Amino acid sequence: MNALLATVRRDLLLALRRKSEVLTAVFFFVIVTSLFPLGIGPEPVLLKKIAPGILWVAALLATLLGLPRLFAADHVDGTLEQMVLSPSPLGLLVAGKILAHWLLCGLPLVLLAPVLGLQFDLDASALVILTLALLLGTPLLSLIGAIGAALTLGVRGGGVLLALLVLPLYIPALIFGAGAVEAHIAGLGAGGHLSLLAAMLALAVFFAPWATTAALRIALE
Amino acid sequence: MLNVSGLACSRGERRLFADVGFSLAAGEWLHVQGENGAGKTSLMRLLVGLSPADAGEIRWRDEPTPSPEFRRELIYLGHHAAVKEDLTPLENLRLAAALDGIALDERASLAALIRLGLRGREDLPVCVLSAGQKRRVLLARLLTRPALLWVLDEAFNALDAPAVKLLGELIAEHLSAGGMAILTSHQALPVPGGKALVL
Amino acid sequence: MRQSVIHWFRFASPQSFYPLAGRMIPWFWAATAAFGIAGLWISFFVAPTDAQQGEGYRIIFIHVPASWMSMFLYLVMAFWAGLGLALNTRLSGMMAQALAPTGALMAALSLWTGALWGKPMWGAWWVWDARLTSELLLLFLYLGFMALQAAIDDPRRADKAGAILALVGVVNIPIIYFSVKWWNTLHQGSTINLTKAPSMAQTMLWGMLLMALCFWMYSIAVALTRVRAIILERERHTEWVKHALE
Repeated sequence: MNALLATVRRDLLLALRRKSEVLTAVFFFVIVTSLFPLGIGPEPVLLKKIAPGILWVAALLATLLGLPRLFAADHVDGTLEQMVLSPSPLGLLVAGKILAHWLLCGLPLVLLAPVLGLQFDLDASALVILTLALLLGTPLLSLIGAIGAALTLGVRGGGVLLALLVLPLYIPALIFGAGAVEAHIAGLGAGGHLSLLAAMLALAVFFAPWATTAALRIALE
Repeated sequence: MLNVSGLACSRGERRLFADVGFSLAAGEWLHVQGENGAGKTSLMRLLVGLSPADAGEIRWRDEPTPSPEFRRELIYLGHHAAVKEDLTPLENLRLAAALDGIALDERASLAALIRLGLRGREDLPVCVLSAGQKRRVLLARLLTRPALLWVLDEAFNALDAPAVKLLGELIAEHLSAGGMAILTSHQALPVPGGKALVL
Repeated sequence: MRQSVIHWFRFASPQSFYPLAGRMIPWFWAATAAFGIAGLWISFFVAPTDAQQGEGYRIIFIHVPASWMSMFLYLVMAFWAGLGLALNTRLSGMMAQALAPTGALMAALSLWTGALWGKPMWGAWWVWDARLTSELLLLFLYLGFMALQAAIDDPRRADKAGAILALVGVVNIPIIYFSVKWWNTLHQGSTINLTKAPSMAQTMLWGMLLMALCFWMYSIAVALTRVRAIILERERHTEWVKHALE
């Protein structure tokens, strides 16, 4: 467990020294969501209807933007080799890296989403559901994305390939995440969606680090 | 302690080596020699368990590797600098130790850096150091991370004469304390004794 | 028992599987033709015209078997991939690689025929029907698998990475399918269901089954041909390939 926390601390410290990389993804999220009203028109009823979908798709793409960097830097400078050979279980170190990725690329989106939701005329309770759904959904995106990042490590055209591999796997998160807000607005209650998101998150917490570890070992062979 | 037998490795279609075998006991070291492309680095990666062998067996304390016990007693320094450019040498050492689950206080890490001749550089980001100095930061891990088996791939590259001498001393100390080492190099090494393995 | 174990492992080596596959391929082609002729005959001449959908419905004799095969082939592919990962047999990875294009073809065929069917029935080439949407995602999974394998130079690494992706995909397919289904019911209410045509006639079912068998045999024949090509390509430096090609 200490190894996991040490990895998180290390990656956060590294991100602190190179802030621009983290901020890029956050700015991307803000800009993409702001583009939609400009493209569609400022009609409040329509915007309110498509808000959950837009915010979720933007969150999906913003997470994707940070994924290629998840292991690439450590791969290039050889620290990943040292992690594989470390006495600490690789699964824990990988889990730490994924957690750090979420803290850097996922959590800012969760915190920004209510503000951006205001642009789309969402009311307070819908904003709460949106934030909750993103809070459950963005770690899921980081976990699934890590598998793709490990599989495409050091591969030609890795970034585009990563999107091709990961985006289909993101669809359940998108459906339930955006669906939660829509169901709430429609007065159906978001409980079912949120608990399914939580169930998928629990599943991913168990399996994703394991699959990522296996993929990393293959990538280093 | 370390027994290797019948090791074979190929890269793509090309067979690099076959039937490589040796054994190391406490205090012994092995000098892996060979031309460029002979498979020295591949052998090292195979020995530490980074890549699987086509055939053969590597046993540590009579147990098959790689195992967590083996990794605990192993330190491998390869071609890569394996240090983070944005962190200082001190942070690099302490974070690497933390990832390995080893408690390392600031005094011990400072002492290691000073021994490696990095006094006054411990709080500069690594990216402003020279290639040789980066190499020294990596080598400081030999002092901060207790390990029985040192696997050093081209460790003498990019080092100046005093550093080569220093690394030679470190290895000699390690061996006389009952440690083991496997080194690759083209040139003669400033370490007495040692078995030779030519690929 | 022991005898049979030895046999299995004998054919797990590409060298002995290569001639075996060569002998099997004509038989599977023959079966494809036989089932195909029978299936097409039933679909075109025996099966009655549908009261509501007219003659256009007959495309389901291609559409439904293609959808079945696209899903089934992914499972088979993941099975071979997992086997290769667990037992480290070379042939398994080659089988998975050989199956992927056929699976993708089936998924594409299913989408295409679905669109052709949808135009007269729903009045649109594409509707976000749960089945069609899942089929589209399945096609993406196949394409991702093929793209990943193509992007990695070392075939052994490509096999292993592909295997992990296939296994992750297999865990995700049910989740994706149910989430899409749920999404669909929430957004559209009931749509016309493609396979549960009201009171499907017995002959229609027979036609579909025969066509499914035809597609199945075709998939095996094509996959075996492809695996032979992959074996030759990967083992081109070995002695036996040089002899086999003489």
